[in-house]
This record gives sequence, C-alpha cells and structure tokens, in this order.
Amino acid sequence: MIDYRDTLTFEKGRPVLVMRNLAKSYQLGTVELQVLRDINLTITSGEYVAIMGPSGSGKSTLLNLIGCLDRPTGGEYLLGGQNVSTLDDNQLSTIRGAYVGFVFQSFKLIAQLNIIENIEIPMYYQGYSEQESAARAMELAQMVGLGERTRHRPSELSGGQQQRVAIARALANDPLIILADEPTGNLDSASGTDILKILDRLHSQGKTLIVVTHDEHVAARAQRVIRLLDGRIVKEEINQR
Amino acid sequence: MVGFRIKRIIKLGIKSLWMHRLRSTLTALGIIFGVSSVIAMLAIGEGASRDAQEKIAQLGSRNIIIRTVQPPEDKSVAGQQQILREYGLTYDDAERFQNGIPGVQVIVPNRRISQQALYRNKRAAIEVVGTVPWYPEISSVKTKFGRFLSSIDMHYKTAVCVVDDRVVKEMFGFDDPLGQDIKIGTDYYRVVGVATESAGGKNEQADKDATGAKKAAGANVGNIYIPVTTVKDRFGETTLQASSSTGMSLERIQLQEIIVQVKDTELVLPTRQSVETLISRFHKKNDYEIVVPLELMRQARDVQRIFTIVLGSIAAISLLVGGIGIMNIMMATVSERTQEIGIRRALGAKKRDIVIQFLSETLLLTLSGGILGIVLGSAIPFAVSHFSQMRTVITSGSLILAFGISTAVGIIFGLYPACRAANMDPIESLRHE
Repeated sequence: MIDYRDTLTFEKGRPVLVMRNLAKSYQLGTVELQVLRDINLTITSGEYVAIMGPSGSGKSTLLNLIGCLDRPTGGEYLLGGQNVSTLDDNQLSTIRGAYVGFVFQSFKLIAQLNIIENIEIPMYYQGYSEQESAARAMELAQMVGLGERTRHRPSELSGGQQQRVAIARALANDPLIILADEPTGNLDSASGTDILKILDRLHSQGKTLIVVTHDEHVAARAQRVIRLLDGRIVKEEINQR
Repeated sequence: MVGFRIKRIIKLGIKSLWMHRLRSTLTALGIIFGVSSVIAMLAIGEGASRDAQEKIAQLGSRNIIIRTVQPPEDKSVAGQQQILREYGLTYDDAERFQNGIPGVQVIVPNRRISQQALYRNKRAAIEVVGTVPWYPEISSVKTKFGRFLSSIDMHYKTAVCVVDDRVVKEMFGFDDPLGQDIKIGTDYYRVVGVATESAGGKNEQADKDATGAKKAAGANVGNIYIPVTTVKDRFGETTLQASSSTGMSLERIQLQEIIVQVKDTELVLPTRQSVETLISRFHKKNDYEIVVPLELMRQARDVQRIFTIVLGSIAAISLLVGGIGIMNIMMATVSERTQEIGIRRALGAKKRDIVIQFLSETLLLTLSGGILGIVLGSAIPFAVSHFSQMRTVITSGSLILAFGISTAVGIIFGLYPACRAANMDPIESLRHE
C-alpha cells in the first residue's frame, strides 16, 4: 500500500483540496449530459464549508467527486497536492479510506454489525490490528457519547444516535476531510442540533468539514457557503461570526 | 498481519453466515449431500469391485478351468426320453492336457457329486469333491486341521475324507471331527482333515449368514473332499437325475472340471488357446466351457471402471447442482447486500476486499458442507454394509476427491457472485435501499 500521507500536506491553512476547471458529464445514449462544469474550488485545512443548491444543481455529483467515489471527466482535482483524477480504482479506494470520512443523510450503518463493529470498518481496510481498532472504536464511541451502548445494533438506536455512530466511523482513520451529505436531513430538530454541535466541535478541533445541505440553518454554521446552480458555482459567501 | 487479516475475514464470514442460519444450512445441504453421495457411491463401487476381484482371485489367476456343461443338443431333445446321456470331460482329457501342452504345471481333475452325509443322527446335503492331493496348491482351499488327501490315499483308493469347516459347523457341532467316521452315500469315510475356503474373516461372515438360506433351499451345506480314485470306484460315473420335465434320466460324466495351472500369468492366454484347440478336437458336442479367472478379473476391472465413472458422474452432478444452488443464494445475498457493498467501498474497501469477503463466505459454506458431507458420506457405507451385507470400502482418495471437488465448487461458483459484488458502482450501490 502506498502511504499517501507522506506526499500530502495538511497543516492548518494549507489547501487540502484544489479543483481546477473540474467537469463531469455523463453519456446518456447519444446525448452528453453535462452535470458539472468549470468548478474552481480551493478548501484549506481546518475550514468548514457548506455546499448548497437546489436539487439537480450537481451537489451530489460534486460530493462524489470530492469523496473520490467518482472521477471527473475534465479538469484537475488535487487532494492534498496529489492529483487523484488519474488514479485507478484501487488507489482511489485507498485514498478514500485514508483521507475522507463520510457522513450520510440516512446514516448508512451496516444493520448486522454492532456499533463498535460499524466504527471499525474503515480501520479494517487500512490494516489496523484488532486490538488497535477495537480500542480506537471504543474511544470514538465515547467521544460521540455512545460509550454505554457499544454492543447495540443500529436498529436499537434513535436516528440521532445512529448519526453519531456514523460521525465516529467517519473519524476512524483520522481523515483529511469530513464529508457530510445532509447530515441532519433525516433527524428531528433536537437531534439535528445535537449533530451540528458535534460537527462544530470537530471544526474547533481543527478538522476540515464539507457539508452538503439545502438547509440554511445548517449552512449558517459554516465559515463559507458555496452555492451551485446548473452545475456551476454561482456564488461564494463568507459567513461572519 | 496476513494471519490477522485471514482471521478477520473468516470471523466476518462466519458472522454473516450465522446471521442467515437457515439459509446457510439449506445452501450447505446441497454440498453435504453432494459430497456424501460421492463418498458413499465410490465406497459401494469399490466394495463391489474388491468383492468381485477377491472371488475371482479365489479361482486363481494362473488357472484355466475347464468345466463340463450339458451339451446344447441334449438340451434341445430333452423332451424325448433319453436313457443314458454321456458327455463331459474325461480322465483322458486330463492326461492330454498334462502331456500335450507345454508350460502346464499342475492338472487337477475334479469330480463333483451331490450326496447325503450322515454323522451319528445328523443328516445333511453335501457335495462330494473327488480330487487330487495337490488341489490346495492351486485353489483357495487350505487345510486347517489334520492333513489333506495324500498320494497314498489316491493309490490305494482309501476311504478317507477331508471335510470343510462349514460341514464341521453343521454336522459335528462341538465334536472334534478328526478320526470320526462319516457316512456318505452308502459307505463310511474317516475324516483325516478339516479344510477351509480362505478369503479372510469376511467370507466366513457371509457364509454364516448364507447357511440359513442355503439350508432352506435344500442346497449343500459344504464340501467333502475324497480321493478322485475312491470316488470313481465307489460312486461310479453314472448318476440318476430326476427332473420334472424329463422324468428320470441317467447321466454318465467322468469329471466335472479340470483345473490347469501355468507357471506364469503371461502364459495363461496362450495356454488357453492350446487347451481350446486340443479339447475341441475330442469334444465335438461342445460339452465343456473354459473359464479363465485372469480374463474375468480383467473384465471385472473394466466393468468396475465404467461403474465407478457412472457413479462418480452421478455424484459429481449432484455436487454441481449443489454448486449452482450456492451460486444462486450468493447472487441473492449480493443483491440483498448491495448497500453494504456500497458502504464498504465508500469506507475504503478495494474491489479485491469485496471479492475476498464474498468468496470467503462461499468457501466457508462449501468447506463446512464438505466436512459434514465427509462425516455423513463415511457413515452411509457403514449403514449400507450393516443392512444389506454389501461390502463397502472407503478409500482416502475418495475423501480427498470429494473434499477437493467441494472446495473447487466453492471457488468456481463463489467467484462470479463475488466479482459481481466487487464490480458494482459504489455510488449506485450506496443509493440502493
């Protein structure tokens, strides 16, 4: 396994993510569907960024590209100085596991595994030892306030608790960026606020957060809001706090 | 590191199989029955083969047996009363073989007559075998106690006999047969030895079971060996035959069989040719048959090979069906767990990791099925032997074969679903609910 961490720079204030003229299109039969075009975006380490836009604006596609789940059809994408647009599936998987922590709207926990085992998944693919990953998973579970319920299955938890497990899982490999896709979308407002507080805490600890949302309250917590429309960045706002 | 990963993979596999216990068990059943049927069928086939081989080997692989048979012409005119029918092998034939064929080592002329034997008040149907002192050398008959017939017995046509151990069991009970007198036909004979037809303990077992049936059918309980010269003098060559279709008829037969033994198995087939040429010149009536155990053995082996192939194929097909069942279930599992695959891929799993995960599940299923199949497959032949008296032999080769096939089935039929899982688009599979 190549250790990309050596080649990546992630000290505070340095860019972790750079997109230059990034484009993504899909071939639908004979028609080429341009989903994203001319995306120029730089996110520095420790930043809290919200990506907003109506449905169909290309939010999800951008999220997939940032998370290395997909490859751009044009332009350049550098994650910590490494051009990931040219990497193959294997290398992308490694990058994904090591540097991106996903938080999904519908939590995406594996129903058959208990909380600790769910948190352990990313570490398993990074080759942590059993003891190491168990200890770290326990630590993370306690950090999100679920230290007492580690042997429970996701179905035995409330939505807010499940999302906290998902955040713990996203933190497992100490990633460069945490990518949250509508993290409060499936939650009631109390649980939602709870989750946003955790995200705030992570940000204050120096984590780089990228949140995709259409909720202005969520976006208001970020330092910077990027607005997408029809596959382009139409506006960038700096939130004054 | 690698060991740890393998341990984790196995743990994960067991866990997800355990989560679907019923489904896993049903899937494994296909392999269990496949493997056990391979083992059981091969064991039955092998047992039958060894049985046949041993029975033929008892006849002697260097022997050529020439037997008297009722000539076909006699059969066709059976409706018409024939007062005396004379056919079969003669003492002259034995002499001709002895002198006329090179490479011949031993000649044993045998005369066989069905008779009643009486000891004290015990009566039994036996077969008198008029034979020569060197009969044990070329047959599976061995002297157990006392002695076999001697050349002095032959020369003086003495009234001695050697009884076989089945006769001992039937007629003498706990008495020591040696030195006792036994009445066969109209005369008394002194028992000088006890013979046994060797083939190990198994045959005795079979005989024990068979005696009851034989007695009921009125067949012979065993053989009594008497010098052939004595038999010729005392019983003559003419026997009275009674049958429902022809009524009474007289038959004159000198010898029922002549056994020719050659020095080497390679001489068996050429000698058979010579025997045939020689005998056909003197027996126009076609009242003989030539049996070559070596040929029978080869034929039996050929038949056995076909038998094994057929049985093996049937069993292999059942394994194949089991494999297809496994593939079917794994395909269902993969599509059921699409989202899990997506999650794992998003969290850093490579395609290879997904392949390994699903393949290891399939392999765990087929390997445990294989092990249970071996246990069951080893038990079936025992049950078959116990209930049907059929001989079965489990060879280590068949165990290895069955286990190997089940592993191969696991890999072959597990690979496709596993690759399908790995090649799913992570974005699509994440979206899958």
